Amino acid sequence: MSEAAARRLLRLTLTDFRNYPALLWRPETAISVIVGPNGSGKTNLLEAASLLVPGRGLRGARVADLLRQGASGAGDWAVAGRFAGPDGEFDIGTGTLPEGSPDAQANRRVFRLNGAPPRSQAEIASLLAAIWLTPQMERLFQEAASGRRRFLDRLVFALEPGHAREVASYEAAMANRNRLLAEARGDPAWLAGLEDGMARHGVAASAARAGLVARLNAALAEGVAAPFPAAYMTLICPIAEQLRAAPALEVEEWLRDGLAGGRAQDRQAGAARLGAHRADMGLADAASGIPAQLASTGQQKALLIGVVLGHAALIATARGAPPMLLLDEPAVHLDADHRAALCAALRRLGGPTLVTGTDAEAYAGLRDEAGFWACAASGLEPLAA
Amino acid sequence: MGGPEIDRLIGLLAKLPGLGPRSARRAALKMLQQPDTRMLPLASALAEAARAVKPCASCGNLDSRDPCFICADLHRDRTTICVVESVGDLWALERASVHRGLYHILGGTLSALAGISPDDLNIPPLLARAGDGTVREVILALGATVDGATTMHWLADRLRPLGVNVTRIAQGMPMGGALDVLDDGTLAAALRARRPS
Repeated sequence: MSEAAARRLLRLTLTDFRNYPALLWRPETAISVIVGPNGSGKTNLLEAASLLVPGRGLRGARVADLLRQGASGAGDWAVAGRFAGPDGEFDIGTGTLPEGSPDAQANRRVFRLNGAPPRSQAEIASLLAAIWLTPQMERLFQEAASGRRRFLDRLVFALEPGHAREVASYEAAMANRNRLLAEARGDPAWLAGLEDGMARHGVAASAARAGLVARLNAALAEGVAAPFPAAYMTLICPIAEQLRAAPALEVEEWLRDGLAGGRAQDRQAGAARLGAHRADMGLADAASGIPAQLASTGQQKALLIGVVLGHAALIATARGAPPMLLLDEPAVHLDADHRAALCAALRRLGGPTLVTGTDAEAYAGLRDEAGFWACAASGLEPLAA
Repeated sequence: MGGPEIDRLIGLLAKLPGLGPRSARRAALKMLQQPDTRMLPLASALAEAARAVKPCASCGNLDSRDPCFICADLHRDRTTICVVESVGDLWALERASVHRGLYHILGGTLSALAGISPDDLNIPPLLARAGDGTVREVILALGATVDGATTMHWLADRLRPLGVNVTRIAQGMPMGGALDVLDDGTLAAALRARRPS
């Protein structure tokens, strides 16, 4: 893993991005608190920062939707960030290219590292990691398991970029198998080939998920998120259970056999009833043991923040520097004790951190260290203390 | 811009792989400026190739001769067939001069989602060739994608009963690569495909 990592965000520029025609912002501190009324563009700013790492950003938006409504000119948006790293400053830029540019592709965003195309997106990922928490994630425990699985997978990707490929390969093999079963083209050798792919990629993905859960729990138990209360994560997945008792190659065999034996039932159900896509993630308060499903809205929020802080600490250990933290309205639903603990934990982590809120008072615990900014469509203004 | 002939030329060029509207315009302009040296020779080469080049009835390679120059070459090892997805893959292997046997072009990989079934691929001639008594080894050299791996699995299942040795190209360590920069999936594949040293 690369030693180089961003220590501070020095400058952020936005061009025709969401509600911003043009923005140049120079944070003066590692932690910035961005305050403004609803609709002033706080989340857009965090989304812009989240796009400086590979992926679809914190809203999972399509590239075409990021362009400012009514943007004039060529119809291209851009986001650029300047970071201070251990070996000096570096610039990461992203956006769409004007049509006709040598490597322009419709609805495809490109990266620039210090003004030149990077060798690969992995080069960007080795310089900058970002994790975020948005109000949408508060629904994680009311919604289907797929949302929790995606949340868990994002945590795994940030530490193991190869995980994305395993999950994509697994899903591709499964989608092909579902189609074959639905069309009742009973070609057992074809199905066996796809089940072999599901077994190899599914076991690799499950092992990576289980590894992340174990590392995260160990880090949280050590108090990396302190004084914020620690969460405890569980992975609910039969493949991970098998992996605890048997080597990976045996588990692949077990999954292949299970899929081959379940074809008739899977055809009727229209989906595979066994596999890595059935995994679910559970969270509980480490001290009380209360699971997230039974916890209050505020407690659930606290559990998620605990996970995000623990994960940030994990990245900091693995890569030598904390990731960029993007927290959208983290103080909502939190009581005063939790807010104070959050501020203390953020001060301890110390990486580039952007926090939004409608009310600066919620972040009084950051008063001495963070820069406070008022957000408006025209730009960011320092907020008087 | 310059009449329908030029627009049509640019439109056709822009559909070629590696070219977009901009590079198609540049190519068209270059040709139009030098019709005698660039355009007419190209036009006759295109017409000649379109008329003469056909897929080889045996292996599927593109050549003006049938059987193609590889199938017709008596110096090549006729006991080994290397199965590849496309003619481009055959060209890559020939550039490397690493395979002295024959080839078989599959014309794609199995994909239920894309509607490509075994019937859509160049499979029956492969099974006929593999079972003709001369062939001792079939090397499966498809890409390390989900569809490539599935297709190799399917082909191995069909080829083994014919009494031929079915192998597949190795996956793992790149030449000149260091272990610590490999991702987990590649490392696992390399370890799985280890061999006595």
